[in-house]
Amino acid sequence: MLQALEGSQAIALAVALCRPQVVAAYPITPQTHIVEGLARLIADGKLQCELVSVESEFSAASVALGAVVAGSRAYTASASQGILLMSEVLYNIAGLRVPLVMTCANRAVSAPLSIWNDQQDSMAVRDAGWIQLYCADNQEAVDTTVQAYRIAERTELPVMVCVDGFTLTHTLEPLEIPSRDQVDAFLPPFHFARALDPLHPISSGTLVSPEYYTEARHAHHQALLRAKDEIVTADNDWAVLTGRASGGLLEVDGPDDARVAILTLGSVFGTLLDAREEYPQLGPVKLIKLRAFRPFPVEALQQVCVGLSDVIVLERALSPGSGGIVGAEVRAALAELSAAPRVHNFAVGLGGRDVPLDIYPRLLAAIQSAFPVRFAILDVELDKLPAEDR
Amino acid sequence: MSDLAETLMPIAELRRNQPRFRGLEAGHLACLGCGQALAARLVTEAAGPDVAVANATGCLEVFTTAWPQSAWRVPWLHSLFENAAAIASGMEAALKAQGKPAKVLAFGGDGGTFDIGFQALSGMLERGHNVLYVCFDNEAYMNTGVQRSSSTPHAAMTTTSPPGKARMGKRHLKKDIISIIAAHNIPYAATASVAYPSDIRKKVRRALEIDGPAFINIHSPCPLGWGHDGSLSIEMARLAVECGLFPVVELERGALTGTMPLRAPRPVTDYLKPQQRFAHLFQNDPRAKEELEHLQALADHNIETYGLRGERPDPLDSAGADTVRRGGVRWA
Repeated sequence: MLQALEGSQAIALAVALCRPQVVAAYPITPQTHIVEGLARLIADGKLQCELVSVESEFSAASVALGAVVAGSRAYTASASQGILLMSEVLYNIAGLRVPLVMTCANRAVSAPLSIWNDQQDSMAVRDAGWIQLYCADNQEAVDTTVQAYRIAERTELPVMVCVDGFTLTHTLEPLEIPSRDQVDAFLPPFHFARALDPLHPISSGTLVSPEYYTEARHAHHQALLRAKDEIVTADNDWAVLTGRASGGLLEVDGPDDARVAILTLGSVFGTLLDAREEYPQLGPVKLIKLRAFRPFPVEALQQVCVGLSDVIVLERALSPGSGGIVGAEVRAALAELSAAPRVHNFAVGLGGRDVPLDIYPRLLAAIQSAFPVRFAILDVELDKLPAEDR
Repeated sequence: MSDLAETLMPIAELRRNQPRFRGLEAGHLACLGCGQALAARLVTEAAGPDVAVANATGCLEVFTTAWPQSAWRVPWLHSLFENAAAIASGMEAALKAQGKPAKVLAFGGDGGTFDIGFQALSGMLERGHNVLYVCFDNEAYMNTGVQRSSSTPHAAMTTTSPPGKARMGKRHLKKDIISIIAAHNIPYAATASVAYPSDIRKKVRRALEIDGPAFINIHSPCPLGWGHDGSLSIEMARLAVECGLFPVVELERGALTGTMPLRAPRPVTDYLKPQQRFAHLFQNDPRAKEELEHLQALADHNIETYGLRGERPDPLDSAGADTVRRGGVRWA
């Protein structure tokens, strides 16, 4: 049954269905309603769970870490400054191979202060060793949240479910919330093999000399690469159970004969689907939704880009002084193809800047140039800047 | 056999009552005379096997767990420098949710407690987690090479508070952590010293009886950072108590409920002189004399504030505690 739900409230319901025993969160600005939704479910007796309202995002991630290590399924959510503040803990959680799930309600990072959507926060922690899954709409956010717990617990890797702030978290959509039976059938009760137990004491998080550190990093890297299979399997199994899939590692939409593709992460995918319908005269275009950014699906991406002449990468973040983050990785992956398509890279929608439908014809026009667009920020209004900053 | 079975304690009870359970085994890599290693052993002995430990980054973490070895016989997790209290909060919340009785301990040094982990600790106390937080206070960042912390005593030399022409060591006071902790109105807050092992055991047991957050700050000499011989650690710790610079006290719900009286307060110079970190206070320098007077005044202030001057010899005062008399012979 479809229900009209705000993204944050829907995610809260999905988290509750996964039966977390400990939820820890801090209301850093910008805040979402996810934890408020969980607090309401606990207050109403619909969820048996310890809600720990901590004194910082740093402690939110730490409490969740401690809870998992003590043998409980746990959850936290954050965004923007909160992600940056907890980044040291995020690396630690991943290095300890702790199966935790968190939502990142993607927002811009200060300064200048912005509470609006882009993906600079999760991109800033892309090397922390977490699985990162990006959701194109709120149905995917619900389904991916449930899948994330199974992926995390099977791989012993933490999973960050990235959901565009405001654009998704504060937007009402008609949604299907899975049933308790569906989630219970999909997600077994929590079990963490390395949980602390006085009857079988182990030491975790020890000091490691150069003799072992390299091997620990190798094992972590391999675990992330292997996690690709779990991500695909989880999505397939969920589709069998509910009839809904979220795209595995990545999803392609469009005619086989298209020579041009636009790749993006998150909610811009929906904008592009609408835009393509709006401008049918511009010819066949494939749209690629990159769902898994970590692990980066090199082989799957290469497969879907064979035969293309141009790939446009649209992303909501950048590495200042270098350019696009996703764009650079896509370019590196496709360079291995014998007839590599040209890769054009644009940053859009920074700090909540609107991404309108007419971006679509402008992108397709921009790639007509003799040389691929290495990187550009779209829609920069130079007249707002002093001459020396243009 | 059946008679024997009847007389046996249940296994769980046997576990708890095993004589001299050691949570921290010998064979770790601590320096000779390390006060922290001794204090941690005493705490885990008293706490017993049914605990989980969250350990902040620091000497204790480094010298006990050089992979693939570990000196811990209790479940133990090290995450980061500044989050031991938050990790312990999460463990406690999880064990509560699972209905498990294990006690959670959090261990940190003075850097991880007074400074970088202070916010997480305050949050843990305010939320009322059933955790015993133990600070091993050796009064500087010893693990990273003896840098000053907010626990470093006034005028002490560290690598970041060196004495020189323009300075006489640390310019600021030692942070009054126990008052700050007690101001959270937690059920139990105490200070202790490695010079008094049975006092430590008693306080750990007391702290673990209580449902709610408890805090113990244990003064733990560091021969390397303080600059004294490793064989003098216990003596240094005892002198710190006896001169009044480290008052041994208990506070419940913010109110002072116990002190270790001083049988005969010693001058602070008895404590300061054997330590290299105070060597500049014993040079022919008018500033040195002034700083010594300052430190004596701090000790006098502690004695006054906590009422440490005992009226008559007391078996549990600073000279009597942790001594056992058998047949007229005193065993220290």
